[in-house]
Amino acid sequence: MTDEREVVFGSTSGGGGAGAASANMADLVNPVAGVFDDVVPEPGSPKPDPILIASNVMKTFGGLTAVDVEHLEIQRGAITALIGPNGAGKTTFFNLLTGFDDMDRGRVTLDGDVITKVPPHRLAKRGMVRTFQLTKALSRMKVIDNMKLGATPQRGESFWVSLVTSLWSGQEAEVEAKADALLDRFNMTHMRDEFAGTMSGGQRKLIEMARALMTDPKLVMLDEPMAGVNPALTQSLLGHVKGLRAEGRTVIFVEHDMDVVRDISDWVVVMAEGQIIAEGTPDHISANTDVIDAYLGKHHDSDLFDDEVVAAVLDDEVTAAALDGDDDAAAAIVRELSEEVRQEEDGP
Amino acid sequence: MDWGFIFERTMSAMIGPEAMVFALAAIGLNVHFGYAGLLNFGQVGFLAAGAYGLGMTVYWLDLNFWLGIPFGILYALVLALILGIPTLRLRADYLAIVTIAASESIRLFVRWRGNSDITGASQGINEFARPFYDLNPFVNGQFYSLGPFKYLGRDVWVLMVGWTIVMLSLLVVWQIMRSPWGRALRAIREDEDAARALGKNAYVYKVQALMIGGVIGALAGMLQVIQKSSVQPDTFNPVITFTIWAILILGGPGRVWSPVVGSMIYWSLIVFIENVLRGLPSGARDTLENTVRLSDINISQLRFMLVGLGLLLLARFRPQGIFGSREEMALDDR
Repeated sequence: MTDEREVVFGSTSGGGGAGAASANMADLVNPVAGVFDDVVPEPGSPKPDPILIASNVMKTFGGLTAVDVEHLEIQRGAITALIGPNGAGKTTFFNLLTGFDDMDRGRVTLDGDVITKVPPHRLAKRGMVRTFQLTKALSRMKVIDNMKLGATPQRGESFWVSLVTSLWSGQEAEVEAKADALLDRFNMTHMRDEFAGTMSGGQRKLIEMARALMTDPKLVMLDEPMAGVNPALTQSLLGHVKGLRAEGRTVIFVEHDMDVVRDISDWVVVMAEGQIIAEGTPDHISANTDVIDAYLGKHHDSDLFDDEVVAAVLDDEVTAAALDGDDDAAAAIVRELSEEVRQEEDGP
Repeated sequence: MDWGFIFERTMSAMIGPEAMVFALAAIGLNVHFGYAGLLNFGQVGFLAAGAYGLGMTVYWLDLNFWLGIPFGILYALVLALILGIPTLRLRADYLAIVTIAASESIRLFVRWRGNSDITGASQGINEFARPFYDLNPFVNGQFYSLGPFKYLGRDVWVLMVGWTIVMLSLLVVWQIMRSPWGRALRAIREDEDAARALGKNAYVYKVQALMIGGVIGALAGMLQVIQKSSVQPDTFNPVITFTIWAILILGGPGRVWSPVVGSMIYWSLIVFIENVLRGLPSGARDTLENTVRLSDINISQLRFMLVGLGLLLLARFRPQGIFGSREEMALDDR
């Protein structure tokens, strides 16, 4: 399994454009294929080899319960997607796991060690790194300095050591070589000496992911890595995420786009109103009516899911309306939905 | 008008005692604001910590002058910890509020009459710097000149020692800021959470930066009172802090040389304007006196106003300062 794969840093270079790189990455085999075959698709289900376990995690803001997760296990080496409607508590849950926010109660373990009260900078040193929903490129620093910052631990980051160049210059050269290799892998070498603030939104997402890899993480947590990225770059980003898995790293990511989730994730966790309401493989989740209710509510959008799902929603809503004794409303829903489905089929 | 005299005075001010003291104080503030992004509005508090650390060691503890220097540094470190520990986990504005209040509290504390045995209260501390001038190879009361530069022997000695300390401080700042430590500090200035996610303990870095800049400020305070041979509480007023800020903004924050060049420009401008106004031909002088009531007394106020106007124009046309890059500054807002 994952242990047998050799993790090679920055040895792959995409050659031509971003598209070529992602094609390379997408061809990589999935080291966790089949791992989830025996996992029960229900909230809190145990995994064969969990890297991260969260139990009874609770966070309230005033009277509002933002996160209330009973049990969650994250499979090592897999790509796990965390989905849910806006305000479901995904980012708050991320913040709790990564130490950016304090939980009211609960217990989180990383590889068996309790990390509940561990501050973020210590977690990074233990191999857990995150990115942010709103990218945090360090604008007034060069791209290469952004990258070099990620390496940890660095001797020259201690004040007294920093005074004597010879104590850190050797390691600095290694860090720079590693940074250059990663820039090459992400096809960002041409931006090397530019200020990070001059990059486009998509490039910032790339650099943030590359910078996170400088910490040599075993667990990478990506908060909406595809948000605001154009379709071409999305493909490249997806390829890089698969590349992380191929290297044996565990990935958890928050995402809204179901196509993306279906494309790359091995396992999907669905949150709504702070709780985990479903878990399962992407195929299983996209047929789950609880999920659809939580996600779509009344303003469903048939683009998100396939026809099967639309049929399921249709059924539920029509039944609900009919139960209310409102036949006109039920009929209206049927008309509206069939219209949408027809347009879908007529389209390209 | 005696342009030769004005030129001489201006050049002497450019590397004079004020320029030297404020350059050093601004180097400390540059560590705070330029590199770490800390809003320290009480740099004068660190100058006072150094000055009183030195003065009180001689006056109150009755110890050797030279022992006063480590005491001054120690006071600055303690002050940085007192200011930093409670506030640096919070948003940047909290440090700004605490520093401005603390620096004013220090001034009121040392000039309080009940403390006259310790700090000399409003009398201050005098005649403590003799051991420093005992080492002076020049004659204290004699004038020395080199080209346009002309100083008393005692000031030549202060300037030699002072500018050496300035250069050593620049060297230290340059070294730490090009190291991985400085990189992490700049990253924290740009985005604290990003740095934390990448394994940097932002809080510790900020406390360290506050201490380093504070110690440099304390050295400036010591040089100031050594040059005057007197510690006076009311010289440590908030105007000093804002002058240091003006100098740093003038030079451009986050660049090694900007505090020094900013201070040189600031003090030569002040002296140049003053001497031009004082040296105006009597016709022009009378006109100004009759129209805007310019007199010998308010010339020194007018020069500050004119420099203020200059700073306003700088903020409008070159907000990045002399050394800053406008392109880089624009990135800040994205």
